[in-house]
This record gives sequence, C-alpha cells and structure tokens, in this order.
Amino acid sequence: MNKFADKRPAIIFLLFILLLFLLPFVYESRNLLILLTQIFIFSIFAMSYDLLIGFTGIVSFGHAMYFGLGSYSIGIFMKRFEPDMTYFLWAVLTTIALTAIVSFIVGLLTLRLKSHFYAMLTMSLAGLFLVLAEKWRTLTFGNDGFTFRVPELFIDRTNFYLLCLIGMAAVFFGLRRFVNSPLGRVLQAIRENEQRTASLGFQVLHYKIAASVVSGVLAGIAGILYAISLRYVNTSVFSMDITLDALLMTIIGGVGTLAGPIIGAGIIEFAHDWLTGLAKEHWIFERWIIFFGIIYILVVMFFPQGIVGTLRKIAWKRKKKSYPVKSEQKAAG
Amino acid sequence: MATLIETNDLSITFGGHTAVDSVSISVPEKHFKSIIGPNGAGKTTFFNLLSGQLAPTKGKVFYRGNDITHFSPTKRTREGIGRSFQITNVFPNLTVLENVRLAVQSQAGIRYQMLFHYKKYRHFEEKAIDWLRLVLLDEKKDSLASNLAHGEKRKLEIAMLLALETEVLLLDEPTAGMSLEEVPAILEVIKRIKNQGNRTIILIEHKMDMILDLSDSVMVLFNGRLLADGSPEEIMKNETVQSAYLGGHYE
Repeated sequence: MNKFADKRPAIIFLLFILLLFLLPFVYESRNLLILLTQIFIFSIFAMSYDLLIGFTGIVSFGHAMYFGLGSYSIGIFMKRFEPDMTYFLWAVLTTIALTAIVSFIVGLLTLRLKSHFYAMLTMSLAGLFLVLAEKWRTLTFGNDGFTFRVPELFIDRTNFYLLCLIGMAAVFFGLRRFVNSPLGRVLQAIRENEQRTASLGFQVLHYKIAASVVSGVLAGIAGILYAISLRYVNTSVFSMDITLDALLMTIIGGVGTLAGPIIGAGIIEFAHDWLTGLAKEHWIFERWIIFFGIIYILVVMFFPQGIVGTLRKIAWKRKKKSYPVKSEQKAAG
Repeated sequence: MATLIETNDLSITFGGHTAVDSVSISVPEKHFKSIIGPNGAGKTTFFNLLSGQLAPTKGKVFYRGNDITHFSPTKRTREGIGRSFQITNVFPNLTVLENVRLAVQSQAGIRYQMLFHYKKYRHFEEKAIDWLRLVLLDEKKDSLASNLAHGEKRKLEIAMLLALETEVLLLDEPTAGMSLEEVPAILEVIKRIKNQGNRTIILIEHKMDMILDLSDSVMVLFNGRLLADGSPEEIMKNETVQSAYLGGHYE
C-alpha cells in the first residue's frame, strides 16, 4: 500500500493529462485551447524555476534570460531560414547550447555570490540580454520585434496544443525523476544546509551548476514554445515580468513541489484571462495586476508553502494523528 | 604506531585575537584523544582548522603525512576526516532517515547519478536505518529533523558522522545541551565505536569525568595555547592544568 501511496500523485497526474489530451477532440473552443496551451508553456517555465528556488534554494531573478534566448532562437531561425522542421530542430539545438552555456556561467557565479547578491546579479544579467535584444537591430529588429511563420505542423492549434501538453508531461516526469535521483536529493540537502552538505563530502558547486543548467535549458524550451504560440517575438520575453510570472506561479502553487508550479500556472493564466474579461464591467479590472499583488501578499502571509505545500501539510498531519492510534492498538494486542 | 593526523605550529588570528596559538600535536592511528579547556580556549576553532572550515594563518595540518592545510571540508571528508558539530547542524526539513541516507550515499560515492530513482539504492536506506539503530533513533526515522528534541538531534548528528565511515571522527561536544538521562546513551555509542577499534577519535568535551576513562590521551587548551598533552593520569596530576581549570588565572 505504501508503494501505491507513493505513486498516487503520478497516477492522478496521468489521468489529468489523458483528460486534457482528449479535450480538443470533444470540445471545440479555440480560446480555451489557446489558454491551455499558454498554461502548459508556463508550467514548464515555472517548474524549471522551481528546480532552482524550491529544490536547490537558489534565488534567481533573471530566469527570463533563458526564456528569451529560446524565443529569439526560434524566431530568428524561422525568419532567416525556412519555417520547416529541420530549422525548428536547429533552433532547439541552438537554444539548448546557448542556455546551457549561459546557465553554466551563471551557475559558476553561485560560488562567490549568495542569496540576494546572486538574485541581483541574475537580474542585471537578464537586463543585459534585454538591452542586447533592443540594440542588435539587424538580428532582432529592436524593440518592436518581428513576426515569423512557423512549421506547417504547428499551424494547427490542436497539434500545437498536444505538443505543449506532451512537453509539459515529459518535463514533469523528467524532473520528478531528476529531483528523486541521488543527485536531486543532494540538491534538496543544499537547500536545507549548504555547509553541512559540503562536510558530508559533496561538492556543492557542482550540484548548483547542474541544477542551473537543467533549469536553464528547460526554461529555454518553454521560451521556444511561447514564441511559436504567438508567432511573434519582441524584447518583452527578456523582461522582468516573465521572471515575476514564474515566481508568482511557483509561490502560489507551492515551492519545492512539481505539481505546484503547474497549478500556479493554471490559476494565474485563468485569473488573468477572467480578470481582463471583466474589464468591460469596470475599469479597475484593466489593472488586473493589482489583484495579483493582493493575492500574492495573502498567499505569502497565510499559505507560505503555497497550495500544494499546504495540502500536503494537512495530509501529513492527518496521517500523523492516525499513527499513534495504530501503535496503541498494537500494544493492546 | 603510525601518525595519522599531525599539526605543526598551527595558529589562527581573528583581527588582533589569536584564537589558536602555535599548537603542535600528533595523533597516532586508532587513538582516542580528548581536548579539554575552559570556554573560549579555542577548542572548536582548533577543530575547524582540522576539518577545514577555517584556514590557518600560520602552520600546517598533515594527514597520513600529506599536507592538507589547503583542502576544503569536502575534500577532507573524502580523504577520511569526518566531523560533527557542536551547534546542531542537520537538514531541518528532511526526514531523519533522509539525513543519514545522504551521508550513506556520499560514503558510497554515488554523487552525480541523476537518472535513477533514489529508491533504487534501497540498501542505502537499510544501512541508514542500521546507523540510526546504533544511536537509538530508528523509531523516529520518518519524522522531520526539525521536530526532534535537542538530544535527538545530537544523536542524529552522530549517526550522520558515523555513516560517513571516515577514518577519523572529530566529535565536538557530542553531549552538549543534552539532558542528563540522555548522556549515558551517547557515551555508550562512543564506547561502542571505540571498542570496534578501527577509528581514530578526537573529542571535545566539558565533562572531564566522563572522558577520562575513555581517552588514551588528553590535551588541554588554554587561551589558544597547548597547555599540556598526555595520558589522563598525567593531566589530572598536572598543576598548571589544575590552576587553569580551577583558578582560571593562569597566565
């Protein structure tokens, strides 16, 4: 039974994926499909962010740089060359290479910089990329960005929806395995107590770099999918807003869990959609970001562990309550 | 017997304050050495120099004849010098079992495996439970380390150190802050390790009576300086030690 309890979240998740997989075939709403696609993409992005902040305890404010690298890679490949699958694959490889190199270097910097200093540094690095995207006009067309055509396969919204869904599921299960591997366990130890991890004989820096690279590459993939979904890219992909989105989704959903960022992404995107829809009723809803601010403050004050974390805690407490009863019975018998 | 750990003129200065002042000792293999001294004598600082948490201003540390003065704590652990901390230093939000399992994993050299589930290494868990049993903590294996009582955290700390299976064990006041009832259990554990006879143990302790019959030798630190180093009987008879401990005005 214990084994089953272990697998239960994965089974629920699989059922959930299956339902979403069937959705486009039974319910035809273009808007919902696009919204869900967006959620899948941001789920990938938020999960990659959670690997850093929730599992390894590295606070980065520059996660948008990997996202933006992915977006621009695909955009430039599709614009400069033919929008077909070969160049799509090239763009993916370029993204992986670029994000791996950048995240490796950024990961190296964790050696000297701790907590908020590191956060500030990553923020300014992301800012650097933003400026680069603005000024390198020949390649990026500056601030206005550019539209591009996408490979035929992705023009169909349903196909692209399924691709993103599969991508999200793959990232979820891949990261699940990753954080539960011996290496992933050490990452969590680093989050808890870095000095102690070092005196157990683990090279902390190597682990931080590993986490940084995996997280960076996944964020790059999310960036690719995002650009394809819009068929347009501009400098906003490097902006602080993107990082803040990931932060918000992770915190609301539950830091240090993988389901958390997915739930967070769902809530944020749905709320965003719903609140902007309400703008017709009252002008305040045009400033929907105000509401996010309020939600964020409330979550941090009352549910610092987010939705998944809080649920888990309740379940854990319940289990603990039933435990002594069992042992008493044993003693009596 | 061969010398395992040796320090040569080891000193460290913080600002103008010399916390450890040219201490030279040598510890043979499978030896049990205790360090005593009043508060602020530099015992823990000396430990930090041995385990690599601090780098000395002057002097050298040798392990098996090799200069390890500039090795990081990580490297020293891998070489075979493990330590426990006086201030409880565990992973608070991980379970007790996981705390020890990480040490077992490190000992087994599984460091960068990222493709398999950690449960594949089930024998790590079994081994971790064995260590927990040794320190009488196996019943608490599923609670979070942060929910343990202070004495239990100390035991966990020792289990983590033992799980590293290092040649040298540096124990920094293993019974500090424990209730009196818990002390014998820890002493029992230390005795058991000593009787196994394959470890070199260096121990810091305040409770002199408790270590005297365990130790092969005792060294006394006072104001950062090595005051005396000898068998427990010699130390008990030593007059400067007595005045340092009892009067505290030795200068």
